[in-house]
Amino acid sequence: MVVITHDDESKIETRNLNVYFGTNHAIKDISLKMQNKRITSIIGPSGCGKSTFLRALNRMHDIIPAAKVTGAILLDGENIYEDGTDVVDLRRRVGMVFQKPNPFPKSIFDNVAYGPRIHGIRDRYELERIVEDSLKKAALWEEVSDRLETSAMDLSGGQQQRLCIARTLAVKPEVILFDEPCSALDPISTAKIEDLMRSLRAEYTIVIVTHNMQQAARISDYTAFFLLGELIEFGKTAKIFERPCEKATENYITGRFG
Amino acid sequence: MNEKIKENIYFTIFRFCSFLSLVILLFFLLFVIKLGVGVLDLNFITGMWQTQDITKGGILPAIVGTFYLGLGVAVFSVPVGISCAIYLNEYAKNTGLVRVIRLTIRNLAGVPSIVYGLFGFAVFVQLLQFGTSLLAAALTLAAMTIPWVITASEEALKTVPDGFREGALALGATKWQVIRTNVLPAALPGMITGSIIGLARAMGETAPIIIVGATFYMRGLPDSLFDKFMALPYHVFILATQHNDPLAEEYAAGTALVLVILIFLMTLIAMIVRYNFRKKRKW
Ligand SMILES: Nc1ncnc2c1ncn2[C@@H]1O[C@H](COP(=O)(O)OP(=O)(O)OP(=O)(O)O)[C@@H](O)[C@H]1O
Ligand SMILES: [Mg+2]
Repeated sequence: MVVITHDDESKIETRNLNVYFGTNHAIKDISLKMQNKRITSIIGPSGCGKSTFLRALNRMHDIIPAAKVTGAILLDGENIYEDGTDVVDLRRRVGMVFQKPNPFPKSIFDNVAYGPRIHGIRDRYELERIVEDSLKKAALWEEVSDRLETSAMDLSGGQQQRLCIARTLAVKPEVILFDEPCSALDPISTAKIEDLMRSLRAEYTIVIVTHNMQQAARISDYTAFFLLGELIEFGKTAKIFERPCEKATENYITGRFG
Repeated sequence: MNEKIKENIYFTIFRFCSFLSLVILLFFLLFVIKLGVGVLDLNFITGMWQTQDITKGGILPAIVGTFYLGLGVAVFSVPVGISCAIYLNEYAKNTGLVRVIRLTIRNLAGVPSIVYGLFGFAVFVQLLQFGTSLLAAALTLAAMTIPWVITASEEALKTVPDGFREGALALGATKWQVIRTNVLPAALPGMITGSIIGLARAMGETAPIIIVGATFYMRGLPDSLFDKFMALPYHVFILATQHNDPLAEEYAAGTALVLVILIFLMTLIAMIVRYNFRKKRKW
């Protein structure tokens, strides 16, 4: 198991976070600290608010008219829901990989270069360097290096997901949010993405939503268990999986959840 | 068993209706061709109109007039319509005001064209002093076409998967960057197709342009936006109803045939755009 060497230093932290969709209270008063350069996994049954929680972290709810968020989320100690927050810059710092791979209908190169380009990098040589670097980090370079100009839509699902990860890495975020990144993938692609996350852990703070208990146990340092919009239990992954304090957590982990 | 019979009855009705519409269309086309094809020759297409002897002249000024009109309508209606659709679909929250705007657009699309003609006459011809002119007519038809372009463009925007938007926003793109680089390229072919069809419809209109500037006879081609102009549908109208030359009806059909071919070509272009796009797109 991973040994935590540095002291608890939170990179992103929610304080009394509530999210409502109209009258549906989807996230109920969740306060959670996600440690710097560690992997935090969020588990819980379908509909318990995992995606909703994740999307609050980079303010993706801003584009949903019905959504209302209260409470605070601190990124390096600063509340990202404060008036005057630069949401565009926030989303560059807090990247997101979606459950369903969503490559743009462009070439592989243009997909990865998309972020750097919108942030003003024009130099072809620089872009080539970033694209190669990101694709290598996402363990996709060897499969696509000879066809960077072909459409990203022609890649397999697993390759598309790694492309989306490369695309996120290319803007050099500090935090990466993964929403069930492997749910559409086969075991081999899943293993590749897990390896990838382990290697990313040195540089990035990672939050991952997963339905796969083994996956959470294998890769994460901390685990949070959600139920019906509430945070039931949070702690070191080993502790949560071996000696959970709450009955509900134990039931869920052991699959005895009704 | 019972359900089987019902199914057969319904499908027979549906099939009959679709054949019926095809038959009507074919009958109409044959009628126009039979009546008008005799007058079609190079001189008819490229010659200037002669009122004294209608067999001598051609309908070039009407073709050019209709073409200019179409161009003007495109210039005025497509940018406005597409911009409006982008605003409604990408920016606007679902507030009361926006709902009113949407309702208005839907209703405007159903206003009879003659009403647009009156509107154009009051606003463009008189109030803005453009006179009965190509400009006033293009603006009038553009006003009529804008709701159409908006609706078609909104439909096209709705087909763009949300993943294209969310994915780009999550990389720190601004809304406008997302629209420019991800949404518009995906929606543009659909917008163009819809706009061309709307344009074709406008070019076939007769009633509004009678009021705002079409004329039956011009010495030359219009050479300014403030000139009067000839147009194919109006030309057909006059020949068919107001002309006492015994050959007028035949020439009306010939002109109508040219108009139908023109509209058909535009629809064909729209179909080709759509087909190529469908073939290329992969989502
Ligand atoms: N855009 C939305 N509009 C309205 N309600 C929403 C929206 N997104 C989520 N919800 C509601 O919020 C609650 C939590 O949904 P959420 O998607 O966060 O669950 P989840 O834990 O991610 O589930 P899953 O494991 O199935 O992905 C649900 O009741 C859902 O109906
Ligand atoms: Mg989810």
